[in-house]
Amino acid sequence: MRKVYQKVEQIAGSVIVVRAEGVGYRELAMVTSPMGHSLAQVIRLEGDQVYLQVFAGSRGISTDAQVQFLGRTMQVPFSDALLGRVFTGSGEPRDKGPAIEENPTPIGGPSANPAKRVIPRNMVRTGIPMIDVFNTLVESQKLPIFSVAGEPYNPLLARIAMQAEVDVIVLGGMGLKHDDYLFFREVLENQGALSRSVLFIHTASDPVVECLMVPDMALAVAEQFALQDKRVLVLLTDMTNFADAMKEVAITMEQIPSNRGYPGDLYSQLASRYEKAVDFDTAGSITILAVTTMPGDDVTHPVPDNTGYITEGQFYLRNGRIEPFGSLSRLKQLVNKDTREDHRTIMDSMIQLYANYKDTLEKQSMGFRMSGWDQKLLRYGQQFEDEMMDLSVNIPIEKALDRGWKILADCFDAAETGIPTKLTQKFWPQKA
Amino acid sequence: MTETNVGTIVGVSGNLVKVKFDHPVMQNEVGYASTGDADLKAEVIRVRGNIADLQVFEDTTDLRVGGQVSFTGELLSVELGPGLLGSIYDGLQNPLPDLAAECGYFLQRGKYLPGLNRSREWTFKPVAKAGETITSGGTLGTVPEGIFDHRIMVPFRWTEPHTVVSIAAAGSYTVDQVVATLKDPRGQEKQVTMVQTWPVKMPIKAYAERLRPADPLVTQVRIIDTFFPVARGGTYCIPGPFGAGKTVLQQITSRNADVDIVIVAACGERAGEVVETLREFPELTDPRTGKSLMERTLIICNTSSMPVAAREASVYTAVTMAEYYRQMGLHVLLLADSTSRWAQALREVSGRLEEIPGEEAFPAYLESVIASFYERGGVVKLKDGSTGSVTIGGTVSPAGGNFEEPVTQSTLKVVGAFHGLSRERSDARRYPAIHPLESWSKYEGVADTEGVAYARNILRDGNEVSQMMKVVGEEGTSIDDFLMYLKGEYVDAVYLQQDAFDPVDAAAPADRQKYFFARIQKILKTRMNFSEKDAARSFFQRLTQMTKDWNRIPMDAPEFKAKESEIEQAVTEVTDYA
Repeated sequence: MRKVYQKVEQIAGSVIVVRAEGVGYRELAMVTSPMGHSLAQVIRLEGDQVYLQVFAGSRGISTDAQVQFLGRTMQVPFSDALLGRVFTGSGEPRDKGPAIEENPTPIGGPSANPAKRVIPRNMVRTGIPMIDVFNTLVESQKLPIFSVAGEPYNPLLARIAMQAEVDVIVLGGMGLKHDDYLFFREVLENQGALSRSVLFIHTASDPVVECLMVPDMALAVAEQFALQDKRVLVLLTDMTNFADAMKEVAITMEQIPSNRGYPGDLYSQLASRYEKAVDFDTAGSITILAVTTMPGDDVTHPVPDNTGYITEGQFYLRNGRIEPFGSLSRLKQLVNKDTREDHRTIMDSMIQLYANYKDTLEKQSMGFRMSGWDQKLLRYGQQFEDEMMDLSVNIPIEKALDRGWKILADCFDAAETGIPTKLTQKFWPQKA
Repeated sequence: MTETNVGTIVGVSGNLVKVKFDHPVMQNEVGYASTGDADLKAEVIRVRGNIADLQVFEDTTDLRVGGQVSFTGELLSVELGPGLLGSIYDGLQNPLPDLAAECGYFLQRGKYLPGLNRSREWTFKPVAKAGETITSGGTLGTVPEGIFDHRIMVPFRWTEPHTVVSIAAAGSYTVDQVVATLKDPRGQEKQVTMVQTWPVKMPIKAYAERLRPADPLVTQVRIIDTFFPVARGGTYCIPGPFGAGKTVLQQITSRNADVDIVIVAACGERAGEVVETLREFPELTDPRTGKSLMERTLIICNTSSMPVAAREASVYTAVTMAEYYRQMGLHVLLLADSTSRWAQALREVSGRLEEIPGEEAFPAYLESVIASFYERGGVVKLKDGSTGSVTIGGTVSPAGGNFEEPVTQSTLKVVGAFHGLSRERSDARRYPAIHPLESWSKYEGVADTEGVAYARNILRDGNEVSQMMKVVGEEGTSIDDFLMYLKGEYVDAVYLQQDAFDPVDAAAPADRQKYFFARIQKILKTRMNFSEKDAARSFFQRLTQMTKDWNRIPMDAPEFKAKESEIEQAVTEVTDYA
């Protein structure tokens, strides 16, 4: 029987301090007080003082609460029985199903050896031209969706999840509104995808420490599936809530804040999660799509900013559309050479022309005379927005490329587009 | 040291442990903290009374108060010897493929492997003779390593003159076998193997003198070589917001740069990018040698998810290896991606030490640390008269893409060229997104300076006109100004922008750049006559199209001249001979 400690010396925020010996860093403890019990994790050792972060928060913890160390770190069970289930951030069932205890696996494990990774090579088809044509999603990519509150980022996430061809979907919800949680569940259930999904949900009203566990739990499970040769898609929403939870804990721990109150290791913390995206040499893969809401639509805010440096591109969701500027998939070059020979050209030319259209719009709004070229651009921009950018467009990439040529031919002469002559000869639609 | 110096852990917080010690310890000494199952490498970073603060290079889970730390008496060092090239190391010189073979998919903490292969045999050819006097860095013999003659040198710390007592005969040896015996001035005999260790945070200084970097380092990126050149032995930095193409630019440089050896230090960046280099380079051939590119490449890879303290060490590991190869009279290019992550690692450690923070919580010594890192680049004349160089190119990832932040500013003070990437250029898909008006270089490039100045003026004036046009509109702009604007856009489109995915356009050798730039200059200097702006615009659209096509034709192909005269013809048609 392990020793039980019964003297809590300090309670501040979600952190309590007890005096104990022989405790390992990051070890788990069970804290039992009259108001209930909760797991806690060692976050600092100072002589015989042990700082514990209580998952359920410190509310209701008495100074004589019982603290029992468990001799292990945080683990998540793993088996196929996880599929179709919903858990909290600390791994308790959130649905009415039984608890699962098979194959406990430590969370937040070491990073994959880069020598065991392969170059991503498979495109993930989504049926959204702004993604498939312009910023192709690639298996094992980590990509955030930058957005602001009020945009339909969760429906977009759900739609990509439904249309992407993957074996397992792991959803990590952080600080979700309860409605949003129910939305995801309904969509997964209605489309028959719940049976290949695992959900770790932290809602806005749950203890903040549990929010910190969600990505680690989700990714540890994803990793196990990937090692079983499964292609896993991990959806995280919303990483800004995760970062804010980290900030909250860091401040109560009296750490020196670096930028707008966020801890100095924000980059490393985010990176250690995102870097779990992987395509293994001889096993499956993990693709991560994560929503990051930008407070005040400010991309230089520390959370989107650090995220942008970690991830392989980003999608901007603004006004219900994926913005062509700023959105980027850094891995698209690895796959778009194999789709169709005109893919890259269409991608670049259409965006360059769209940029010119934006300039023209600016000129127009200032009341300048529109030249012949400007008129063409205006027409082009309008068509591009309606037939390509609109999120309701749902066509496979081949159709989308054809549509691209059609829009170009409707608006311009071949020489005006800057497309290499070799390609225009082959693809330029002949006017009827 | 006879007995091992052992201390006791009294506190753990993040990757920092507090250790009580009884015997003397050294600043930056390496110690191993024991969890019972694994010994974790750590480095002393502060001493107060009899408590030392150590940063642990691994995850500290399971360390406990009362645990033991054994000090080694050594500073953090790397092994230098034949077999480094083509390797892939983490920040502490653990060979990653070997780790993968031993531990599988994931890195295992507390697992350290020797950096150099111990069983491989090298063909040694003696150079020094018995009785000769020789000092640090002097060549004892050579072994072939890929395409290079790898010099086996007198250890760099033996700065006094030594006498060669004996030297091994030509033949095959492993790195641990003795290849020479030397005698120091006090008559003590010392044995030399092919391996020597060197503390990473100290520059290697076994050379005759430092020279001023003068020769251009051709990267085959037009905007760099012509407009913002880098010199061999120089330093440059590439700051830019995320998604502006820093890493792609580094990758292209690592492929095409005209140097002997490229060291890629992926410091706190994505693993995926390293994997691209890792998997592609063995397949690619180096046009200069016809061998695989991997034979001239060394990768130090401490990606963002690997422990932070090792990230700080990784840039030093990389630069030490660069200096080692420089000592052989080779030209080395070190690409560090990204120095901001390294600075952040400093910040994290500083925060844990509860030091008084400077700007944006970076430590106050940030500037001097960055300066001393870049100062390790340079051209040197070795003791045998040959020259070697280390060129350092570092990317910077400024928070929010704002160059006013401390890391960018500290870096700009010490580098010789600045390639600032801009968000607006990358948004408009104008790659490489180096800003032609904000960037600068203090080195000399491949093209004539006068021509470059002329082209830059056109870019600047063209930009001014385009700003003005936003206010007064096209109709308020004179045709001359409008032409200036079109010419600026033309240079930008056909010369500054380069298609990294076109086999020909991706790499422009120096002679092609010179030839091409002369042609462009001629076009720029041509006075043209247009009756109206639309005609001018459509002419330049056509000209741009033709020139871009020309960019994609190899110089020795027959179409090359044909396209050129087609361009010439088109320009003649609009030339104003008045």
